[in-house]
Amino acid sequence: MNSTVIQLTRHSLLGRRRVFALLGLPAVLLALAILIRSLLGVDSDLAVDLMGAFALGTLMPLLGLIAGTGAIGPEIDDGSILYILSKPLRRSTIVLSKLLVAIATVFMLGVVPVFATGVILGSEVHPIAISYAVGALIAGVAYCALFLLLAIVTRNAVVIGLMYALVWESVVGQIVPGAQALSIQQWSLAIAERVAGEQAIYLGIESTVELRTAIILLVAVIVGCTWLATRRLRTLRLSEEG
Amino acid sequence: MSELVLDQVSRWFRNVVAVNDVSMRIGPGVTGLLGPNGAGKSTLINMMGGFLAPSTGHVTLDGVSVWGSVDAYRRIGIVPERETMYDSMTGWQFVLANAKLHGLPDPTGAAKRAMATVDMASAQDRDINTYSKGMRQRIKLATAIVHDPAVLLLDEPFNGMDPRQRAHLMEVLLQQGEEGRTVLFSSHILEEVEQIASSIEVMVAGRHAASGDFREIRLLMTQRPHEYVVRSSDDRQLATAVIGEASTTGVTLVDGADGATALHVRVVDLSAFSRALPRIAARDGIRLLEVTPADESLESVFSYLVAR
Repeated sequence: MNSTVIQLTRHSLLGRRRVFALLGLPAVLLALAILIRSLLGVDSDLAVDLMGAFALGTLMPLLGLIAGTGAIGPEIDDGSILYILSKPLRRSTIVLSKLLVAIATVFMLGVVPVFATGVILGSEVHPIAISYAVGALIAGVAYCALFLLLAIVTRNAVVIGLMYALVWESVVGQIVPGAQALSIQQWSLAIAERVAGEQAIYLGIESTVELRTAIILLVAVIVGCTWLATRRLRTLRLSEEG
Repeated sequence: MSELVLDQVSRWFRNVVAVNDVSMRIGPGVTGLLGPNGAGKSTLINMMGGFLAPSTGHVTLDGVSVWGSVDAYRRIGIVPERETMYDSMTGWQFVLANAKLHGLPDPTGAAKRAMATVDMASAQDRDINTYSKGMRQRIKLATAIVHDPAVLLLDEPFNGMDPRQRAHLMEVLLQQGEEGRTVLFSSHILEEVEQIASSIEVMVAGRHAASGDFREIRLLMTQRPHEYVVRSSDDRQLATAVIGEASTTGVTLVDGADGATALHVRVVDLSAFSRALPRIAARDGIRLLEVTPADESLESVFSYLVAR
């Protein structure tokens, strides 16, 4: 890790209008939670829907997409990454520093609000808050690693990422059972299911993937994407020529 | 004192050859990399800066390959052509960040020195997005010299600068060269290169067209065949006289404007021709109406050098 790379990444990730998009999503989640709680009291069905479909199904992949691609994509697009690349720094240091910024962003704007939403909906520190927050954290790390790599590999990272997050995980994943085995959302649900233990069934946490498979695939994605990102950064082409 | 050596370097992108078998040695002092747009100058600088692998050949700095070695950046400073930096930071924060990225023992001192060199200390606390083009260029230069590199590479540094900014940057580059650094900058404008470069490398269409001292290149450029358009009171008579001069190799009678004719004269010895033409006109009683060079564009100068 390099504190200056972290500082520069923070500037380019949060210094632009992107910060509003990042803030908007958790704000919507919290607003909905407060609305449900104040109008309906403790309603477990709605709470489960909000946590499962919105928090884990939409908020986390979108945040991961914005933070993961935003931690390096804009600098590659506008060429300012050159100021970091033209330094005697190991490429793995650069990737890990940027990944850390993305994960910290997802933690502050995703995991913390998900936990808070769980607390609001469940009236106290309920298993729903803890298990969904753990699931959100795991998913967030994996999304960041995946989308950071995507931003290095292609200039169309946001579009491809959106297709993955919204089309593959949401639509295809619900229709085609096999597709669920290749879904970060399902893997993190498997972890959340374990954390919730016996209560999982009441919290609507149910993964189609076995815990062991989920852990192996999560580690493979996080480590694999980070390793590949380092390799690709070494041969990154800055100019458009040719 | 460092020397950048390109040994039979080629680079192609799919089926487009951007740089074609270029060999050159760039030593201390200011070197101008001259060539029209699309000549492969940026590709060459990207390879010298270790951002692009040569498809064939080698780029070495003091015998060590530049590609794939991040340690080379301890001795190379790069000023990219693109304007973008981390705009929400101040100039000082950005230059200091660059000093820290280099892992310098005293980043604050190094950043202060760099700021003083580019004369930006007075505006260093403003956000970069408030800077003018010239100020941005100076901040870019400050980030490139903050670690006191032996080699400084600049891609089109004078683009879009006003004359005062240009003069200031030239002064700084000359000073860097005099201090023993190897300074290489690219440009498509002959006059810029002429003013500060002690040696010149000319690139045209991916090829290394000419190399050496500025005077030699200037001579090559003025000694090339020139084409002149001449209009006179009697073009046919003038044509017969002009072709008799050793300084010309061809005359064509063409239709000019308003039904009038004009002569295209191909000249191989410019100074002899400039003496002969008025002499012939005076002797034969021909009035010269127009004498203009037909092809003074830089492109034609370059293409001559390539064809040579």
